[in-house]
Amino acid sequence: MTDKAMTATATDQAAVRSRRLRTVFAALGMLPVLVLLAVAFQLINPRFLTGTNLLIVTQQSSINIVLAAGMTFVILTGGIDLSVGSILAASAMVAVLVSLVPDIGMLGIPAAIAVGLGFGVINGLLVAYIRLPPFIVTLGSLTAVRGIARLLGEDTTVFNSDLPFDFIGNGSLLGIPWLVIIALTVVVLSWLVLKRTVLGTWIYAVGGNAEAARLTGIKVPLVLLFVYGVSGLLAGLGGVMSAARLYAANGLQLGQSYELDAIAAVILGGTSFVGGVGSIWGTLIGGLIIAVLSNGLILAGVSDIWQYIIKGLVIIVAVALDRYRLQAGART
Amino acid sequence: MSAAAAVEAVHRPVLEMRHISKTFGPVRALQDVSLTVNAGELHALMGENGAGKSTLMKVLSGAYRPDAGGEILIDGVPVATGDPIKARTHGIAVIYQELSLAPNLTVAQNIFLGREPRRFGVVDRELCNRRATEIIERLGVSFPARALVSSLSLGERQLVEIARALSTSARIIVMDEPTTSLTSRETDRLFEVIATLKAQGIAIIYISHRMEEVYQLADRVSVLRDSGYVGTLERADLNASRLVSMMVGRDLSAFYKKDHRPPDEKRRVALSVRGMSDGRLLKDCSFDLYHGEVLALAGLVGSGRTELARLIFGADRRTAGTLELDGAAVAIASPRQALDAGIAYLTEDRKELGLFLDMSVADNINVGVLSRDSRAAGFRDFSAADRRAAKAIADLSIRTKSAQANAGSLSGGNQQKVLLARLLETEPRVVILDEPTRGVDVGAKSEIYRLIDSLANKGIAVLMISSELPEVIGVADRVLVMRAGAIVGEVAASGVAPLSQEAIMELATGAVRQ
Repeated sequence: MTDKAMTATATDQAAVRSRRLRTVFAALGMLPVLVLLAVAFQLINPRFLTGTNLLIVTQQSSINIVLAAGMTFVILTGGIDLSVGSILAASAMVAVLVSLVPDIGMLGIPAAIAVGLGFGVINGLLVAYIRLPPFIVTLGSLTAVRGIARLLGEDTTVFNSDLPFDFIGNGSLLGIPWLVIIALTVVVLSWLVLKRTVLGTWIYAVGGNAEAARLTGIKVPLVLLFVYGVSGLLAGLGGVMSAARLYAANGLQLGQSYELDAIAAVILGGTSFVGGVGSIWGTLIGGLIIAVLSNGLILAGVSDIWQYIIKGLVIIVAVALDRYRLQAGART
Repeated sequence: MSAAAAVEAVHRPVLEMRHISKTFGPVRALQDVSLTVNAGELHALMGENGAGKSTLMKVLSGAYRPDAGGEILIDGVPVATGDPIKARTHGIAVIYQELSLAPNLTVAQNIFLGREPRRFGVVDRELCNRRATEIIERLGVSFPARALVSSLSLGERQLVEIARALSTSARIIVMDEPTTSLTSRETDRLFEVIATLKAQGIAIIYISHRMEEVYQLADRVSVLRDSGYVGTLERADLNASRLVSMMVGRDLSAFYKKDHRPPDEKRRVALSVRGMSDGRLLKDCSFDLYHGEVLALAGLVGSGRTELARLIFGADRRTAGTLELDGAAVAIASPRQALDAGIAYLTEDRKELGLFLDMSVADNINVGVLSRDSRAAGFRDFSAADRRAAKAIADLSIRTKSAQANAGSLSGGNQQKVLLARLLETEPRVVILDEPTRGVDVGAKSEIYRLIDSLANKGIAVLMISSELPEVIGVADRVLVMRAGAIVGEVAASGVAPLSQEAIMELATGAVRQ
């Protein structure tokens, strides 16, 4: 009896280990693509794999990774958030406007994040309680919040050359840019929530099978409200990062089509579009692939127009390869 | 016209299905079934849920190819099997329970969908409407060919389906439970149309569980049971008790014997259900469920058993009805509230409504009680979860490579046990099991029966829905029978005599009226 139990535990542990290994492979599914791209760009231009350039790449990817982290929460439930670019613009406007108020300039940070959270919660309420389709709700807020962002600065660019929190955009800690530190912190916190908390398991359950989740007693609307809230909050944080980098914000241009890059990062990271399957590490790699592509193509001297075409094709081919790999895996 | 023509048409076989067998892997869905249908006759096909009626009709319509040796003859000539398009050109049309119309198109567009009359390569709307009108008039019904299908009632939509069948010059029309969702006026209208069709020499195969309809309509009745052909009765020989015994007659001696004491005189009511209605199917359902009892809810598919269970569990909205749990009124408007009150529900559709196939077995077992493992800041206590999962896997002997394997990788029986484990972790006082052994192998079945016994012995009240009468007889202490959304009767064991299959079947089909 005890013997049997022991063997059972041993095989169990072996299975746990092999499962972990598989999860790692699934999460790192796109890592070879990232490495391959880096090697290719290095061959084209030896300046690519230098410390300075890699810092630039990670810095450039940081805002997209923060947005994509929020997007991962939403897509894991089978939803979509198209409004993050607009929310980023509105939050950046608020961040700069508040920073202009004497003495309490630092409050620009919480103010911007709160504004992002507010818009996210509105999205969430509409999706969770009015039960409107996420695509339509966030398509509406994409447009409406863009209008609000323009309204905030009376359709002008607002500046603050003496931004109290400019270190976020341009400073470093021990040689690592604050933008990168923030992005990595967001990724680690997201991982903790998704994989280590009760709420995280609920998110996967709702995405895997919403009706089963309801019959299991999970409060599905609360989970949905949470993920759209997180996405809005992180878009607000993205607004702070963006404002801090530019010392300025513009309601019309800032964050245009950022939502598409965020979605691309999530999908490149292997998260299923129908929900329930995916990981935040995959999103991190997806975000880095997009940044490496942009940076590498510039270094390679490829024209702006061709950059668009190549980026689009890489996204499609990478996801097609991933699909093929997963199917092959399922067959064995 | 056609009194004479109809008489002439009778006894001329238009369709013969000979020695039809169909196996799916190890499962035998049909075994050497033969059926002859005459022109102008209404041939009723009866049998319990899962007796093979639908499979036989799918063979006829070409959706399935029969195993070697089976053949289908139309007008005495063998025809190709397993080809839906050929079947249609031979004049076979099937009208399914779930209608397949496009509600956003007109009646005429639906009738000619995919076969639109064209002129110069363009759909000829006028011709389309004219021909549709002709067919509708042939049915003797009145709605315009230009009406949108979405504006029609369910009964009228069914007539559109029949019109579509006629437009393909169908000579054999299969109707699968056509009256299930019709009002009594619509049913009468359908019966008139059926008479018209018969007079035109069209053969109708009519699948129904409703005894009174079969009495009213059928020229002959064939019965299937356990995937095999039992026999055919002529109209003159129709007899309710004979039909029922043809449908159920099987030996029960080899079947499961329950191993729990039925509750005695001092039994306590666990759940008291009063006046449950959903405004659609369910009408005023009331019953009491006792501690330590296994109460079965029997009835045919569509009789409202699952709907009633979901209403009690708070999964759907009710329009009327109250619940009392251990004598105290409880308000249940969501599954969460039901679970908090101590009512748990096992769904009949474990893949669509139960399991999280991409999540681990352990998470599937724990997902209902995650809050219990919540530590500071909502972090999960994984060691508690793993212990709980390991215990459940051992207790229910769930066969899985590991607790971390995906639930989707398990066999049907083990998936079902995972769901049962999840349900038991909520420590319910009342357990509702909806088809607990559906799609489960024999070994897992008896394990599930033993589990049900042990629940009852612990004093838990069990409400079990099952379409398999032997299972109901073997496991339950008492049986409520539902028909058309209402509880129509109760069958209890009297003394040592076991529950009677015949009594249950008679209530379920309406062969006897309470």
